[in-house]
Amino acid sequence: MSGTFVGMPAFPKAAHEAVGNTTLRANLKHATHTIRDKRAKAVAELDDWALLREAGKQIKDHTLRHLDTYLVQLEEAVTAAGGTVHWAADADEANRIVTRLVKETGESEVVKVKSMATQEIGLNEALEAEGIHAYETDLAELIVQLGHDRPSHILVPAIHRNRGEIRDIFTKEMGAWGRPAPEGLTDTPAELAEAARLHLREKFLRAKVGISGANFMVAETGTLVVVESEGNGRMCLTLPETLISVVGIEKIVPTWRDLEVFLQTLPRSSTAERMNPYTSMWTGTSDSDGPQAFHLVLIDNGRTDTLADEVGRQALRCIRCSACLNVCPVYERAGGHAYGSVYPGPIGAILSPQLRGTASEIDASLPYASSLCGACYEVCPVAIDIPEVLVHLRERVVQGGPATRQGNKVVLKPAKGHAAERAAMRTAGWAFVHPGALRAGQRLASRTRRFHPRTLPGPGRAWSATRDLPQVPAESFRDWWQRTHGTKESGK
Amino acid sequence: MRVALFLTCVNDTLYPDTGRAVVKLLTRLGVDIDFPMGQTCCGQAHYNTGYRHEAEPLARKFSDVFGEYDAIVTPSGSCGAMVRELYPRMGERARAEGRGDGLAATLAPVVPKTYELTEFLVDVLGVTDVGAYYPHTVTYHPTCHGLRSLGLGDRPYQLLKAVKGLDLKELPGAAECCGFGGTFAVKNSDVSAAMAEDKVRNAGSTGADVLCAADNSCLMHLGGTMSRLHTAMRPVHIAEILASTQEEPLS
Repeated sequence: MSGTFVGMPAFPKAAHEAVGNTTLRANLKHATHTIRDKRAKAVAELDDWALLREAGKQIKDHTLRHLDTYLVQLEEAVTAAGGTVHWAADADEANRIVTRLVKETGESEVVKVKSMATQEIGLNEALEAEGIHAYETDLAELIVQLGHDRPSHILVPAIHRNRGEIRDIFTKEMGAWGRPAPEGLTDTPAELAEAARLHLREKFLRAKVGISGANFMVAETGTLVVVESEGNGRMCLTLPETLISVVGIEKIVPTWRDLEVFLQTLPRSSTAERMNPYTSMWTGTSDSDGPQAFHLVLIDNGRTDTLADEVGRQALRCIRCSACLNVCPVYERAGGHAYGSVYPGPIGAILSPQLRGTASEIDASLPYASSLCGACYEVCPVAIDIPEVLVHLRERVVQGGPATRQGNKVVLKPAKGHAAERAAMRTAGWAFVHPGALRAGQRLASRTRRFHPRTLPGPGRAWSATRDLPQVPAESFRDWWQRTHGTKESGK
Repeated sequence: MRVALFLTCVNDTLYPDTGRAVVKLLTRLGVDIDFPMGQTCCGQAHYNTGYRHEAEPLARKFSDVFGEYDAIVTPSGSCGAMVRELYPRMGERARAEGRGDGLAATLAPVVPKTYELTEFLVDVLGVTDVGAYYPHTVTYHPTCHGLRSLGLGDRPYQLLKAVKGLDLKELPGAAECCGFGGTFAVKNSDVSAAMAEDKVRNAGSTGADVLCAADNSCLMHLGGTMSRLHTAMRPVHIAEILASTQEEPLS
């Protein structure tokens, strides 16, 4: 397994591997079912959950509608508080800015708070190429990094690993990165956690530069917020001399008061906790405490293009709770790697093809990585209608149409490989507006029913490989109705 | 009240018994039901696969065929959801594309008049005991569109519980998708098959001899899996159970 998602095959192919991996499926089933049951209980405790969900949706929609205003307000507030704001249009620009800022400190090591934004832009790899070592300090991210692996879940990046695998990774890899794993390490959770704690403490005490993301940014005060469970984030946010926060432009809320809603809905949706153990907030710099230099790198990287799409923009409401992953029957069986992005599961299936476009094989296949069962929409704490966006993106894949790419309005061509399907859909569409044609087809199928094959050719083979086809009846309903009720006045 | 049966193209072609059961059931309950011969397909497969423009003529046709009726009854949660949930959205999208209110206005009349069968029985006719007799052990799969798009809730369970001789078993993981999802079953067949196998296994764990649902497409997918796994259980549409009586048991 390599450390990047570049060049991933289409979803069905990647999922094929995962479905056949029984250990992976058992790990995923156990983990997702445990957390989804706990989440349901935590959410049921609140009488006003539906109102909180609606409030979260409205706050996010309002902010997105006035994003230009709030971004300027945020920049002013951060600057007034002693921070510096940098703007990055894409991943490359963001990586260049962060690399330069680290180099200016003269350091060649940084500690990192778990951050989806830095994963999205491939920051660790970019820093490594410039001789700067970035150390992940979140336990699950550490497991992924030490294992030369890729994250497969937004909140629990190592969800695909079991305890035995983690013990083996620690024993084999920790020594090359710093303090080695203790002799005779077992796979009990307490021992694994202690090994990680000892390994990481060395990093925290040595690091001069910390890199984080943020769950929220408050426009009125320029305050950034990280919510976490382990406390290692707080170590990175307070101990280093320089703090660099890399955040997507959509993470803004207008006021402190708005946080009230999300600090209730995020922990309950993500870890099924009433409140997360650590909520860290920082505003610029302070003479007496914490980092003495603070840089905020605001990244676009496809977000403005997404915002331009009136159906797809709701994906930007996402607060990265991963509730949709934990209830998704497709994610449960295909695993996170199959989505070819740091954003797996239902939200990844709508976010990645918008942030990256639908030109690649994997991005064109993602909108189809769902049975549209709607479980993701039901649990989403900001009411993102994921099935609606999936269907909208399918339309973009098969029909092309207007979209915004890099700020320009373009008309996309249909993706390759859908010509036969399009022809079949058009033929079926024609038959369905001509009931006589449908009827002729039904009669032909009935007359030839004895000769129907048990397995299908072409794309239908995928169906008959695992399922038997129903037998075509001797008489369609419409023929039966005509025969038995033919004299009755029937509509058009 | 003029009531039309919207059977759906899948049922018309592959499951005529379900249509006959709806006619038998509603006739027994005193409803004079008509089958407009002009009906074909609601366009769901087109719409959900990304062919919204190809689905539009089918939606217009649906409105044209069914617009004059007082109620439209369908034994399919997913096709019912297509009309109720997605027709208004098609109208909105046409408007957003600068094509005016024409499509929305054409489709609007059929939206509130379309009922899934169990909704029609419980909400419109106000019955839960339809006088059925069905001496089998049954487990019920709620199906995603019935459960989430239409919000059928406990209506199917109320109806099944009132059936004489029927022993209803709770299905573990009932709310989980069976993995059909229209073209999903072909485009992502590995995941789809894995989902179906889990659903069939859960259904088998109840000891029921019949798996019931309000959608034949989900049952086609699950039945095809049961047949391949040589499961003794049979898939049966809820309309056929409700139509079955002591005098005329389900064949």
